[in-house]
Amino acid sequence: MQYDHILIRYGEMALKGKNRKHFTKQLEYNVKDQIRPYPKAKIERTRDRMYIHLHGEKPEPIVEACRNIFGIHSFSLAIRTENEELAIKQAALQLLLDNTAGTSFKISCRRTNKKFPIDSQEMNQRIGAYVLQNSEGYPVDVRKPGVDIMVEIRERATYVTGQKIKGPGGLPAGSSGKTLLMLSGGIDSPVAGYLAMKRGVEIEAIHFHSPPYTNERAKQKVIDLAQTLSKFGAKVKIHVVPFTDLQVKVHQEIPFGYSMTVMRRMMMRISERIAEKHGIMSLTSGESLGQVASQTMESMFAINEVTNYPILRPLITMDKSDIIDIAKQIDTYEISTRPYDDCCTVFVPEAPKTKPRREKVHLYEGTIDFSAEFERAIEGTEIITALPNEDNSPFADLL
Amino acid sequence: MIYFDNSATTKPHPDVLISYTEAAQTYFANPSSLHRLGGSAEQLLTACRKQAAQLLHVGENEILFTSGGTEGNNLAIKGTALQKKRIGNHIITTTVEHPSVLETCAELENQGFKVTYVDVDKYGYVTAEKIKAAITDQTILVSVMHVNNELGTIQPIKTIGQMLTEFPHITFHVDHVQGAGKVALDIKKSNIHLCTLSAHKFHGMKGSGILYKAADTRIVAQLSGGGQEQALRSGTENVPGITAMVKALRLAIEELRVHPAKLFELRERLWAGLSKMDDVVLHSPPAGAPHIVNFSVPGLKPEVLVHALGEKDIYVSTKSACSSKNSDASAVLLACGVPDTQAESAIRVSFSYDNTQQEVDYFLQILDKTLTHLKKVMR
Repeated sequence: MQYDHILIRYGEMALKGKNRKHFTKQLEYNVKDQIRPYPKAKIERTRDRMYIHLHGEKPEPIVEACRNIFGIHSFSLAIRTENEELAIKQAALQLLLDNTAGTSFKISCRRTNKKFPIDSQEMNQRIGAYVLQNSEGYPVDVRKPGVDIMVEIRERATYVTGQKIKGPGGLPAGSSGKTLLMLSGGIDSPVAGYLAMKRGVEIEAIHFHSPPYTNERAKQKVIDLAQTLSKFGAKVKIHVVPFTDLQVKVHQEIPFGYSMTVMRRMMMRISERIAEKHGIMSLTSGESLGQVASQTMESMFAINEVTNYPILRPLITMDKSDIIDIAKQIDTYEISTRPYDDCCTVFVPEAPKTKPRREKVHLYEGTIDFSAEFERAIEGTEIITALPNEDNSPFADLL
Repeated sequence: MIYFDNSATTKPHPDVLISYTEAAQTYFANPSSLHRLGGSAEQLLTACRKQAAQLLHVGENEILFTSGGTEGNNLAIKGTALQKKRIGNHIITTTVEHPSVLETCAELENQGFKVTYVDVDKYGYVTAEKIKAAITDQTILVSVMHVNNELGTIQPIKTIGQMLTEFPHITFHVDHVQGAGKVALDIKKSNIHLCTLSAHKFHGMKGSGILYKAADTRIVAQLSGGGQEQALRSGTENVPGITAMVKALRLAIEELRVHPAKLFELRERLWAGLSKMDDVVLHSPPAGAPHIVNFSVPGLKPEVLVHALGEKDIYVSTKSACSSKNSDASAVLLACGVPDTQAESAIRVSFSYDNTQQEVDYFLQILDKTLTHLKKVMR
């Protein structure tokens, strides 16, 4: 007896009328990306359901993947058995014991194969009795069961489907276009990326790397973050911008209080250029109003001036503690809190202006020519791809 | 050579040795060093932790690398006792645990903790009911081994763990040293808070182990220093040993998945053969772990048999290697109510994946001959 398939139910997107197919296709694409390491598993998509046929693959890693794929409202594991009373009973018991820890249950049997000698009412009772005899802490409750075990006796085989496992909901990543996430390595930016993905946005990331002031570990941290995010959608490309020369020049040439503002403007300009080059229509940042000097209303007013691309700021009104809660939940917190400097924390002036003024920024920026360094940064940008499953680990042979 | 002493230690897998050598040569830097070499050693360590977590179906932050089973058990038990001493002072364990659990408990008794040693049936089984009956409002820790090292008894860990969900203030520790890679254990579903593994029992290298610690379980460190392993186990990480262990764990678990019946078949063959011998008394439970068979030849000193078999290049144990230097009876067997004469003469055969049916047959044949011969001499 083995797990045969996983039944996936769509959530909100089932409501999306004529666009539904667009959404379900995207979901199929994303699921495919996540189950790539399990080549025998195959996807079947219907109007309101999707099935992953396991063909002998182990269900656990695929179940884990499904928990994270946006657009999945809920899903269930199903066992295929012979049309035999005992086998069906055992399947129902196994589903219950494997996937829950003590809950009330009910059995809902459907017999489309009328050659099967026991009718569905009788089967409900017999399976229920069998489960009761062979388990502890699983009472029957037909009105409000914790788990509804569905049994479908068909012509060739019987399918027993277990309890609903909650998916993350939202829309399939990629169904709402693409954004360029400004990924620093801190706690906020991955959460911003996650929330954008939850609304169906596909992400690419941009990271500013300033060796030797920021080190390889800081870069690795960003790769690990991108990889963690990729589990909620598809692979994530990271544009790593060599930022040292430009940053050093800003640091040397711009008066101390304004160097941070100008640096941010440079990042914004580079991001826009990279987005434009790759056909990406928006930027996403982890800014949260008032959190640090660059995230005051005045700072945003001064920094945002350099682009007219839409900037998604999913965290803009959130409290830090709420952001941390999400970061922990999506497993980015531990990575983000590794103690390496990123480009935002080196060269930070003692007292950056919390209320920079546009005219002053114009004045300072206007006197210096940054174009050579700026273009070099864009040209030197390297693309790293983070895949949801780390077949790209350099240690695969060792381990 | 026929090596049937795999519960004492296993031979490192050749691929594991290759990984060890490579890691020791290339990733020798201290993972805490700032430079690039340190960084790559740290990355390897992170990759090891990730793989260990995936193989055990737990979180990466729930893996603590240790030096092995004894350290893991000490850290789990003393660490919990110190953490919770203000809540209570009572510990529950069983009479058939490994010395690294029993002696640790005895040490805590000297420090004022109270320990209940729950007794077992004739096969070494403890029940959730008996554990539950021993719980008092002072109980802070329950420690039960998964697979008994002498008998192969598989304790009802999941049932005990689920029973303990009624007592959320009690920490549940499982010594999984003999079970890892041989008998599946679902750490999360069994409500386990602390779980000990040791690399050299599954073809890794000596000196490496894992203590699983559930994310919300707190313990007090037993080694103070540089703050490695969440400051719960200071000391420069043994990167090559850990690499080898994680690789060995993967190979063992894959083997278990691909050939789930292999060890059972070896055991069945041995069991059938031994049952036919009049002088042999079997002690292991019929439904025990697939890799351990314990039996006695009453009246025959087990050392004699071990040495006689050793002359034929066959290696088995008398009780557990950790306590076999004192030649008195097996404490585990005595705890099961086995008579002294049998408990004094116990022999343990323990398999691993590289053993074969032919080896079992040859062993049975030699054992039969040896017994016949020894009987003539000794009477």
